[in-house]
Amino acid sequence: MTRTLRALMGATALTAAGFALAAQAETITIATVNNGDMIRMQGLTSHFTDMHPDIEVEWVTLEENVLRQNVTTDIATGGGQYDVITIGTYEVPIWGANDWLLSLDDLGDEYNVDDLLPAVRGGLTVDGTLYASPFYGESSMVMYRTDLMEAAGLEMPDEPSWEFIREAAAAMTDRENEIYGICLRGKAGWGENMAFLTAMGNSFGARWFDMDWRPQFDSEAWHNTLTFYIDMMNEYGPPGASNNGFNENLALFQTGKCGMWIDATVAASFVTNPDDSDVADSVGFALAPDNGLGRRGNWLWAWNLAIPASSDAPEAAREFIAWATGPGYTELVASEEGWANVPPGTRTSLYENQEYLDAAPFAEMTLRSMQAADPTNPAVDPVPYTGVQFVAIPEFAGLGTEVGQLFSAALAGQMSADEALEQAQELATEEMEAAGY
Amino acid sequence: MARAVTTQRKIAFTALAWIIGLAIFFPILWTILTSFKTEATAIADPPVFFNFDWTLENYTVVQERSDYMRYLWNSVVLAVGSTIFGIIIAVPAAWSMAFVPGKRTKDVLMWMLSTKMLPAVGVLYPIRLILIELGILDSKGALIFILMMINLPIIIWMLYTYFREIPGEILEAARMDGATLKDEILYVLTPMAIPGIASTVLLNIILAWNEAFWTLTLTTVDAAPLTAFIASYSSPEGLFYAKLSAASTMAIAPILILGWFSQKQLVRGLTFGAVK
Repeated sequence: MTRTLRALMGATALTAAGFALAAQAETITIATVNNGDMIRMQGLTSHFTDMHPDIEVEWVTLEENVLRQNVTTDIATGGGQYDVITIGTYEVPIWGANDWLLSLDDLGDEYNVDDLLPAVRGGLTVDGTLYASPFYGESSMVMYRTDLMEAAGLEMPDEPSWEFIREAAAAMTDRENEIYGICLRGKAGWGENMAFLTAMGNSFGARWFDMDWRPQFDSEAWHNTLTFYIDMMNEYGPPGASNNGFNENLALFQTGKCGMWIDATVAASFVTNPDDSDVADSVGFALAPDNGLGRRGNWLWAWNLAIPASSDAPEAAREFIAWATGPGYTELVASEEGWANVPPGTRTSLYENQEYLDAAPFAEMTLRSMQAADPTNPAVDPVPYTGVQFVAIPEFAGLGTEVGQLFSAALAGQMSADEALEQAQELATEEMEAAGY
Repeated sequence: MARAVTTQRKIAFTALAWIIGLAIFFPILWTILTSFKTEATAIADPPVFFNFDWTLENYTVVQERSDYMRYLWNSVVLAVGSTIFGIIIAVPAAWSMAFVPGKRTKDVLMWMLSTKMLPAVGVLYPIRLILIELGILDSKGALIFILMMINLPIIIWMLYTYFREIPGEILEAARMDGATLKDEILYVLTPMAIPGIASTVLLNIILAWNEAFWTLTLTTVDAAPLTAFIASYSSPEGLFYAKLSAASTMAIAPILILGWFSQKQLVRGLTFGAVK
């Protein structure tokens, strides 16, 4: 009888312990986008769960715009569906200031926060608090065909001017053979053509707003930016350029139809990959062009991991972020998939690592491009906002896209550059007044 | 002479129908073809139609990366569940409107249809807040209810049209034979309206299967159907056309096969009462 009782008690205790363990296991839901580096991180999740058997990880991969909409809705309604979210540099300062994100100031010693690239870290910090941890960062630069450049009898300098880019585009264009000297974004959207044109505008001395938040599209600098862009694209760009975004231009460049392409540094690893690119052997890199005004036409962007304030498992989420964006993860990717596949653009130490520099021929230019961008002081003249290719205010997503539609229409020939600028000025003035600036 | 003209017209109409049919089917065909290409071939210019090295690599990658069966199961539960509940509510509703219409029946029908004119995003926040309050966000039950509600006007309208074709005298005769209201609907009306109900069910399953606003905005993990599966393969930076096509093909295959086998009922149902 006693033995039976003991056995029963033992079994009960074991069951209770089992339940207790099960109850301790926390599940974190991570919302992310379908980019190569993010997908690789999903594949390596088991390394994290092996180290943290008490944490289970669920992934939700969504298209960028759907992700942005779902995460915004979730935070605004306090849904608590996500514990870790992937957000861009544009959202972090706004959401951080709104207390929508939890502080990430205490990710541990191993995380080594001082190793983060200063420009990237600065864009993710609000009032001295880090609200997101960068997973990979990018700038923009010139990617060009070395063979076409040589055939044109030109040599690309490391720091080209816009005038040189136009000259080279003219020399490389061969419309009969469907080779276009220059491929640039034309598709409307704040993160599409306006990312490029805002950064280009910086190098022409243009800015979105003056220190009193008055729109500046009626300035000479914007006139010069837009007419230069449209004239160059009409003469040396591919047909239908007003529909081209990153992926369309990537396809054009990889199939040998572009002489030069100015876009995200992350494209460098795609265009030099012989499996996908016909021109992998003949690609060169240079810094984004300038006009001698002290600003280059390159942007700064990072995809970051953050914890929404509505998360119900913030500690487990913090553990995950410390793992995925810490230096140990870089080593892990290098050992599993090679140095060329390490997420770039977040840590200084990566660019001091000879193995990485050997494996990634575009590394040096990526770092120089990122260092050349200053999100807190992006334009030639002073501005009241942060952000190189965007303006970090909530109104920008809508306004940027509407202005982008006007500029895209001007590129398609539906209106002149000056008409587009005039309408952009009216639109921006109205919206900023309505928003109370 | 007249016969020659008729034959010529027949040939012309047949050719035209084929051209329109192929044009409508082309995007699906192109998606299926692209799913068997490499990423490099997928963006080849000029486009390659059949003459390429066919590969199953994209399907392998998609299978490895995503739990397809979970998404498929969720899609089946949502589509079938919302349809069954919709039919249970719509049959009595359509019966009453078809056979015992009141003064305001026409207005009620129009009002129901008008709910389809409201942009869905207009009620996103209220519905989301209700679901959070009830603790059923990202649950299949909640989504079945919502999909049922948004398709209910269409189901009622379709059934109403079919029921009106059935002579009321038959129902009266059943009543004279002592049939109760339940007997009348279950044993007399429903069997006669089976073709109409079948096509309504099929159409509703297709609509629920393809619904991509609510299923994307109200789900994360537990209730996410194939629409979320496809969305996870769209990429802002990087070429994923071939993999996206493979995911799309896997998502549309079940509903395409269902549509193929039931096209007779679908066409009959959709054209029922159209030509009088």
